[in-house]
Amino acid sequence: MATSSAPGALDRLRATRVWKSIFRRGPARTNRTRSLAVFGNLFLHFLPVKVREKSLRVRASYYLGSISFLLFIILTVSGVLLMFYYHPAAPQAYRDMKDLRFVVSNGVFLRNIHRLAAQLMVLAVFWHMFHVFYRGGYKPPHEFNWVVGVVLLIVTLFLSYTGYLLPWDQLAFWAITVGTNILSAMPIIGKTVRFESLGGNVVGANALLRFYVLHCVVLPLIAIVFIAVHFWRVQKDGGLTVREGDDGKQP
Amino acid sequence: MSDSNDKVAGQQKESVPPKSGGTRRDFLGEIAAGALGIAGLGSMVVTYQYLSPNVLFEPPTTFRAGNPDLYPMDSVTFLLEQQVYIVRTAQGFYAVSAVCTHLGCVTQWKPEDNLIECPCHGSKFQSDGTKVAGPAPRPLPHFAISLTADGELSVDKLEIVGANQALKV
Repeated sequence: MATSSAPGALDRLRATRVWKSIFRRGPARTNRTRSLAVFGNLFLHFLPVKVREKSLRVRASYYLGSISFLLFIILTVSGVLLMFYYHPAAPQAYRDMKDLRFVVSNGVFLRNIHRLAAQLMVLAVFWHMFHVFYRGGYKPPHEFNWVVGVVLLIVTLFLSYTGYLLPWDQLAFWAITVGTNILSAMPIIGKTVRFESLGGNVVGANALLRFYVLHCVVLPLIAIVFIAVHFWRVQKDGGLTVREGDDGKQP
Repeated sequence: MSDSNDKVAGQQKESVPPKSGGTRRDFLGEIAAGALGIAGLGSMVVTYQYLSPNVLFEPPTTFRAGNPDLYPMDSVTFLLEQQVYIVRTAQGFYAVSAVCTHLGCVTQWKPEDNLIECPCHGSKFQSDGTKVAGPAPRPLPHFAISLTADGELSVDKLEIVGANQALKV
C-alpha cells in the first residue's frame, strides 16, 4: 500500500500542517503509524487494526454484516432526504407520498431506494444471523455480541414495521391494524401496549405520529448505539470466527 | 483516595469502634442514590402518563342510527363511519359489530351469499354475528340498541349484549 516511488499528491497533502492538525499524524508508512491512524480516528477506533487474512475471504462472512451496515447508511441518507417532503399528519402523509412519486424531482428514485434497501436490509440481517449461527459464531467468546446482534435484528424489524405505516395507504392502515391487534393478544398488558403504541384505540393521526417518531428518531438512535457496540465487540472478542477451509484450501 | 480518608478518620476517633451502619459518607451516599432512584422512577411514571393521551379525537362510542322505518324488514345495513351493522328481522332490531374478532379488519356484508365476510383472513359470519368459517375466535358481538325519546335508534358500542336480545319496535 505504501508508495516507495516519488511522493504523490496524497502524500504531499498528508505532510501538510492542516492534515496533521486534523489527523494528528503524517503519512502512515509503517505498520505502527497505520495502527495509530486507526486508533486515533473516532470513526475507525472501534475497528480492528489487524485482521487475519482468512477472515477477509468471502466465504468467511459473505460480508453480510458489512452489507447490512451499508444498507443502514443508504436508508439513513435516503430517509433523511424523504423527511424534507413528508408531513406525518393524516391525510397529508398520503398526499406527500404521492407527491414524492409524481411531483418531486427524483422523489420516486429516493422512495424506491428507501423501500428496496429496507427490504434488502431485513433479508441481509436475517441471512447474517443464519450464517453466524451455522458457523457457531454465537459460541464463547462471542456470546455477548450474539445477543447484541439479536437486539439489532429486532430493531431492524421494528424499523421495517414502523416505516410500513408512513405511506398512510390502505396497505399500511390494515397492516398496522392487524399488527397492533396481534400486540393486544399479549396476556394482561396487551390492551395497554396497543393503546400506548397507537396513542388511541384506532389507527389514526396519533398512531401515524408515534410511528414516525419511532421510525425516524428513537429506533435509529438505538440502532446506532448497538451497531457501534457490535463492531467494537467483534474486535474485542478476537475478530470473526474463522474455520478450517475459510482460506479456500480443503481441510 | 478513600483509603487516605479512612486513615484520617481512624486517627481522629480511635476509641470509637465503627458502627454497623457504616460511615457518614456511606450513609449520605445511600441517601443520594435512593433520592436519585426515586426521582428516576418518578420521571418514568410521569413520562408514561405524558405518553397516554387523555383526549382522543375518535368516532363517538354512542350514536344515533336514525328512524327505525329507514331499515326494511330482513335487511342488513352497514354504517361505515360507526363500523356497525343494523340488522332488522322479524324478532326486531340488533346492532352487530363490523370489526372482525380475529385481527380487527372491517368486515363486509355480502347479500349474494347472505354472509358477513372479512377481506383480511377469510372469516365468515351470519348476519346475527355467528361464525361460519375462518380463523375468527369469537362471533361478532352485539351492541346495546335502544329507542330514544323521539323515536330514533340509539347504539352504545361500549355495552355488549347477548345475541338473543333484539329491540322490538
